[in-house]
Amino acid sequence: MKKTLRTTNVSRRKFIVGTAAAGGGLALGFKLPFIGSAEAATAAGTEVNAWVVVRPDSTCVVRIARSEMGQGTLTGLAQLVAEELECDWKKVATEHVFPGQNLARKRVWGDMATGGSRGIRGSQDYVRRGGAAARIMLMQAAADQWKVPVGELTVSNGVITHAASKRSTTYGKVAVAAAKLTPPDPKTIKLRDPKDWKIAGRPMKRLDTADKLNGSKVYAIDVKLPGMLNAAVKACPVHRGKLVSYDEAKVANMPGVRRVVKVNDGAVAVVADTWWRAKTALEALPIVWDEGANAEQSSATIAERLKEGLTADDAFADTKIGDALKTIASAPKKVEAVYSTPFLSHATMEPMNCTAKVTLDRVEVWTATQSAEGSLAAACEEAGLPLEKGEVHKLDLGGGFGRRGGTQDYTRQAVAIAKQFPGVPVKLIWSREEDQAHDFYRPISQCKMSAGLDESGKLLGMHIRVSGQSINAWLNPGAIKEGKDTRQLQGMWKEPGDAQFGYSVPSLQIEYAMRNTHVPVGPWRGVNTNQNGVYLECFMEEVARASGKDSLEFRRELMSNHPKHLAVLNAAAEKGDWGKPLPAGVHRGIAQFMGYGSYSAATAEVSVSADGKVKVHRMVLALNCGHAVNPDQIAAQVEGSVVYGLSAALYGEVTVEKGRMVELNFHNYRLLRLAEMPRVETVIVPSYDFWGGVGEPTICVVTPAVLNAIFAATGKPVRSLPLKNVKLV
Amino acid sequence: MPKLNINGKVRDVQVEAGTPLLWVIREQVGLTGTKYGCGVAQCGACSVHINGEVRRSCSVPVGELKPTDRIVTIEGLSPTSSNPVQKAWAALDVPQCGYCQSGQIMAATALLRKNPNPTDADIDAAMTNICRCGTYQRIRAGVHMAAAHLRSEAKKA
Repeated sequence: MKKTLRTTNVSRRKFIVGTAAAGGGLALGFKLPFIGSAEAATAAGTEVNAWVVVRPDSTCVVRIARSEMGQGTLTGLAQLVAEELECDWKKVATEHVFPGQNLARKRVWGDMATGGSRGIRGSQDYVRRGGAAARIMLMQAAADQWKVPVGELTVSNGVITHAASKRSTTYGKVAVAAAKLTPPDPKTIKLRDPKDWKIAGRPMKRLDTADKLNGSKVYAIDVKLPGMLNAAVKACPVHRGKLVSYDEAKVANMPGVRRVVKVNDGAVAVVADTWWRAKTALEALPIVWDEGANAEQSSATIAERLKEGLTADDAFADTKIGDALKTIASAPKKVEAVYSTPFLSHATMEPMNCTAKVTLDRVEVWTATQSAEGSLAAACEEAGLPLEKGEVHKLDLGGGFGRRGGTQDYTRQAVAIAKQFPGVPVKLIWSREEDQAHDFYRPISQCKMSAGLDESGKLLGMHIRVSGQSINAWLNPGAIKEGKDTRQLQGMWKEPGDAQFGYSVPSLQIEYAMRNTHVPVGPWRGVNTNQNGVYLECFMEEVARASGKDSLEFRRELMSNHPKHLAVLNAAAEKGDWGKPLPAGVHRGIAQFMGYGSYSAATAEVSVSADGKVKVHRMVLALNCGHAVNPDQIAAQVEGSVVYGLSAALYGEVTVEKGRMVELNFHNYRLLRLAEMPRVETVIVPSYDFWGGVGEPTICVVTPAVLNAIFAATGKPVRSLPLKNVKLV
Repeated sequence: MPKLNINGKVRDVQVEAGTPLLWVIREQVGLTGTKYGCGVAQCGACSVHINGEVRRSCSVPVGELKPTDRIVTIEGLSPTSSNPVQKAWAALDVPQCGYCQSGQIMAATALLRKNPNPTDADIDAAMTNICRCGTYQRIRAGVHMAAAHLRSEAKKA
């Protein structure tokens, strides 16, 4: 039986650090919260190394440092460890590690951050070595016991055999002895060739499904602690506005209300016995804000600023091959277009929330985070305590998509509230409206593109100018060198390997003009590949049509220097039946793009009704992510990326009026529903010569493939999103 | 004070009559499988059964409920997680983050109780809960799989 070490009462969940931990790092046991202590003592198992704990029954507990938010990284990482460990997959369990523990053990589990589709590709090497090292130690322990050379032993499914003497033993029986051995040097370990994989590379069932089916899974929003209070918060609706005053007397006598508290400079919270009572009182609380000058901002003023950036002199060119501007100016045939994409919120199903407990010398938070170490830093900083005095109890996320990364604004808020109730745990939950009003949105941008063709339709030059808000400027200004923020051009970089522009154009200029706003921005599943994929691939479609060539053929001719991009495009075209007949009224579009070290392409089959309604019937997505650790979970991520992408394409926009966000719940921030879901076919074409991401890469081809199919249907390009605002016929 | 029959057990709940059933289930009764997503009956994460009908509990004030109304939450669906919908969801690895799945499962079980042989159009009409991870393709397959299981059980009986 597979069993994950999950608990229904997280308050009891803690590590017990053994005395030997400081010396060999080998006796860190886990208390299993859902069983009695006597059972726990026998079941806790032995830490063979940081990644592998073996129980007496040979259950192998794989430690997971990255966050699980639905993307399946927990199962994939366990597969990689188990593959090298040679254990019985049916007896694999998993356990999260917490950042305080990571800090105490000199970051033995490495980077815990889970973003940029790095969960597996960023840790595959050391977790596989961890699994292999544990195997080597377990086998050595058996060899020592039998006094035979380890080379005479074989292992399969956690059973070690010495054929010559017909003896066998199990991991569970030798784990204690193995833990006392000196670990092998990880650099000397030879990892298994993927072609020999037995557990990795296969569509194993997820390890974390069972408690998602019966309501027993505990998300951060479900945490219950003894004596816990609940908080509802409201920040100034205009970003960067300040709290002036509030009238606590008006709500002090409402049911359950304990206190109204200031949350730093810009927010106020009601703390009550239940969250519903806290929220009810918060809605009745008179609040005075200083909204500041940003209250004069609107979608219109922001659009004007971006438009100015399309032709301003201050842009920087990240790519400059030949003289594209001159080439285009003198070309016999020109194509020109301006595109735009809006702000988007993440809208994770589980709204932002965090439970915090603060005493004079300790801060603990229970939170859903993509950056556990970021949560620890935020909690400790807010509590005014050093990192050693904090701990983050990680709960699996009810959606992440980039929202729950390094910013940790909600964790900080929870601590700011809880520190006003020393020793009392306080759970902060954001209402959906608060969640929509105070996101770190996908940045707004516009893009001006022009291309020059010769008489025969050959592309001579292309000029791409992106104008829009910078994520780095908001979150990580240090990453901007000399005002050149290349991150906003993700997917159009000249450097190979991560997010490379996939075409060779004789004259090419790609520029970015930074135009920031007062609206917070941050990574949003796929980040800048989303809008850049739309800009490049829809404009490429316009150019292809102007050239008179087939959309696929036109692209292929520009891709001979980019064989991996081309191979994925070809795979999508082939499986997507490019060039084959379609039912009446259905049209096909195609797109390719690169991000997160992986290559993606898609075809979309779309119809547009007489009254302009779009129906996406079928999408075929091809992905080369280098190594495919779990093909079924890769397919799940591809399917999910279609839904996330289509929600944005069809409906997604958060607009700004009087400095505040307008679309505050799902009635006007519409999201895709099942009835609108196309049939999705995933084509995985791993080339096994690199490690690419999976969670994010394919989203960037979804929208351009659909828009190009609409272009085929209506004869008109769609240049602004979302589609709900575009009159198609 | 309202009396509520939740998962076959009648309980007194000490709350204001206007409190949404969702928050009574989560905060007073302590069953957290039913989720808060939007509070305005849009997303369906809070779906429960009331007298066999699927309802969005964030928008049902407890004052409107009678002690005789039978409320079933995800925890009360099957003591062994062996409802055909739950089994199909496991077989197809439907959940990703899982947060919306309680509601999806409650919506699917209500659909199949009324219509053991749903077409794709029936599923489109009945399954209107939002999933941000994008599990819709597998939800559709899961409803069909559970329906096929129910039909084969019915044949045996």
